[in-house]
Amino acid sequence: MSFVKIVALISLLSVSGAAISFGQDLKVTEKLLPNGLKVLLKEEHKAPVVTFQIWYKVGARNEKLGTTGMSHLLEHMMFKGSKKYGPKQFSQVVQRNGGNDNAFTGKDYTAYFENFASDRIAISLDLESDRMQNLLLDPKEFLSERDVVKEERRMRTDDDPTNTMVEQMTAAAFIAHPYQWPVIGWMADISNITRDDLFEHYHRYYAPQNATIVVAGDFDTKTLLPMIEKYFGQIPRGPAVPKVGAVEPKQLGERRIIVKKQAELPAVFAGYHTPDIKHADSFALEVLQGILSSGKSSRLYKALVYEKQLALYAGGDYDNVANDPNLFYVYAGVMPGKTTDEVEKALYAEIEKLKTAPAADEELQKAKNQIESSFIMGQDSIFYQAMLLGQFETVANWKMLETYVEHIRAVTKEDVMRVAQQYFTEDNRTVGILVPTGK
Amino acid sequence: MLMVLSSHVAAAAEPLGRRIVLENGMILLLSEKHDIPMVTVSMAIKAGNTAAPVDKPGIASLTASLLTQGTARRTASQISNEIDFIGGSLSVSGGDDFASAGLRVLKKDLATGFDLLADVLMNPVFDQKEIDRKVKEILASIQQQKDEPNVVAGEAFTKEVFGRNSYGQTNEDIAAYLPKLTQQEVVDFYHARFGPKGAVIAVVGDVTESEIVQMLNRFFKGWKQSERPLPASIEPPRIDKNIVRKIHKDISQANIAMGHLGISRNNPDYYAVMIMNYILGGGGFSSRLMDSIRDNKGLAYDVHSAVVALKEPGRFEITIQTKNESANEVIAESLREVGRIRSELVAEKELADAKAYLTGSFPLRMDTSAKIAGILVSIELYNLGLDYPQKYAGIINSVTREDILRVAKKYLHPDRMVIVVVANQEKAKLKD
Repeated sequence: MSFVKIVALISLLSVSGAAISFGQDLKVTEKLLPNGLKVLLKEEHKAPVVTFQIWYKVGARNEKLGTTGMSHLLEHMMFKGSKKYGPKQFSQVVQRNGGNDNAFTGKDYTAYFENFASDRIAISLDLESDRMQNLLLDPKEFLSERDVVKEERRMRTDDDPTNTMVEQMTAAAFIAHPYQWPVIGWMADISNITRDDLFEHYHRYYAPQNATIVVAGDFDTKTLLPMIEKYFGQIPRGPAVPKVGAVEPKQLGERRIIVKKQAELPAVFAGYHTPDIKHADSFALEVLQGILSSGKSSRLYKALVYEKQLALYAGGDYDNVANDPNLFYVYAGVMPGKTTDEVEKALYAEIEKLKTAPAADEELQKAKNQIESSFIMGQDSIFYQAMLLGQFETVANWKMLETYVEHIRAVTKEDVMRVAQQYFTEDNRTVGILVPTGK
Repeated sequence: MLMVLSSHVAAAAEPLGRRIVLENGMILLLSEKHDIPMVTVSMAIKAGNTAAPVDKPGIASLTASLLTQGTARRTASQISNEIDFIGGSLSVSGGDDFASAGLRVLKKDLATGFDLLADVLMNPVFDQKEIDRKVKEILASIQQQKDEPNVVAGEAFTKEVFGRNSYGQTNEDIAAYLPKLTQQEVVDFYHARFGPKGAVIAVVGDVTESEIVQMLNRFFKGWKQSERPLPASIEPPRIDKNIVRKIHKDISQANIAMGHLGISRNNPDYYAVMIMNYILGGGGFSSRLMDSIRDNKGLAYDVHSAVVALKEPGRFEITIQTKNESANEVIAESLREVGRIRSELVAEKELADAKAYLTGSFPLRMDTSAKIAGILVSIELYNLGLDYPQKYAGIINSVTREDILRVAKKYLHPDRMVIVVVANQEKAKLKD
């Protein structure tokens, strides 16, 4: 489903189920190095593997119109050669040591990871400490990689009608905040970026006090922590990272965006401004998301897809793991022969029900069970555990994960009704409609 | 290098699981994992596309998807409500060779989970309204997929390579057949193909052997099936020269799918072919196609080659997306790389690196319950042996440069390829 792609690129793992352990103690060792680098270590010995991740607090949010997409292009360049490991070497070194590596950029972070069998983890320390300080940013490599990013944009957005619409709808939802633009950047902006722009971006944001290392898996803290200190401790603290001062003003009326593109079927997406995870209402909104969208017994699927057969797909997505307030998306793909009008009305009808009648006890419990079970099951993947720690620490504080389930359990059906009434208003929504044109 | 490898083998010293034949004939593969109170179940049933009559494309997937849409004891809504309430997941879907069923629940809900799983597998009712609803959904989805140029390319590729063979079912075929399908046909297919004979169930998680055997024997008691041979398969078409198919779409990128018939999983050359493919285009940034087309020339974000080896010969496929104007260049470059690996021995270092990756990364293929369940199912379906993780390094390391050259010559055919290009054909200006 195309929307999943957009969410995945924009802010990865923003969907519900910010999974966390079922207890108070996540068994994380935390250390702040003198140069400001935060280190989070979580031992887990059930499988002989380790994931090493480094999360930089820089993303689309830190960019400027005219050169959007810089953080993402920089992410690409991080694989194109540093002082110790020249072009082509990074991934090849990882792979010949039996590892996998990749990276991703979001609105609030750029993260890099390697997954290795337990005995190879030192390789990450060498590779990541080298490219944190000594990226080459070779001008020729830059030009060819900029072309690669343009191809990526064509693949993800330009040739995907629904994603094109969602991109424009999001841009309309934010009139004064960097969440307006796509992580990959506008096509013209990508062309505008110069190698020197990237050099400046890199030196400004890729500094130890602006990063978090997260390691999860089969290692020994007593041996690994000193090694991390050895590799990263000498890197000097960088200059203070510029703050993002933008604040999206309260939306005072509905915005509607029509995108006409060659497409088979229409789609309707609505975005409501909602607070992020640092806000007390985020837990009730998570539960609301579950009631609306989690599983085939959820309200949107049941009403729009199953019973009325108005929509090919329908769901809600609370984009809350963010530095600043983001959007709660509610969306549906329109079935052949149905209109965007009727689908839009059906979406709002479901939202209205949440405002006017409290959820049944069983329904509320179901949503909580789903969130809680997702937390427990999420423990099965050390990669996922590290991702959560990295995300939460980057936009808030990893310790929030320790009380997350508690807060979810405390949500009442009155809370759900209240946040529905407060945030899901017509004036607070931006609507995007994909209107298929002739072939 | 050898030191590196032996440490990985030592780490995987225990067998991956235990194999138990249940009372009704189902094969259970169990891997106990007591660190988290959850259980993951993965099943394969001999009810894939190859089990369906060739003139009924889509019936296998449709039947699989209808199992969760109502049983003798539960409506579709009741099933989804029950699994959602316990925060679990339950699914049944079709595939080329097998239908798959999946269940994931917390340990405390294990009995409920198996009650549901057994109910949907053993007692589906195939209500006409549910069939109609599902058919409508599938048709709409097929229509939507025409918006995805990579899907359009893949479909055209599949049709050219497989023809009327069961692996050659396309959206177009399914969309033509499904509206005509009757409830009786679905019921007949279900009774013919869904049963314990040849069904594999992998269970990974917080259960003991006696617990799970007892539970499965109880819930799947009485599941019967008369075994029937698979329908005769239709040979894929013989291709003796390059076939180029151009499809016009007003898009900014050319979506290219090129390749031909591949090998089956049980082909003795499978491992050599996998290593060859890793070097050619499967190994990410370590591969020749990625190195040339993306890293050197900046012409693509996604460029890779894949060998899909099934029960019967599957496919070899190179996939690339590049701006329209660069289509000719990347096609030529891909053909050049295919020619090169067929005519020259790969470099010592290339082979050593490929082996190091494949052997060294094996633990990463078993680091979650879902991955372990998947490997267990494969082990059973393809008779790989429960000591497969221990044997793997030895098998990979025994492959020589000469083997790679031999299999490249034998299984790659740059002069008998299907080349599909979905693009703005005016801008692509394809050379023939």
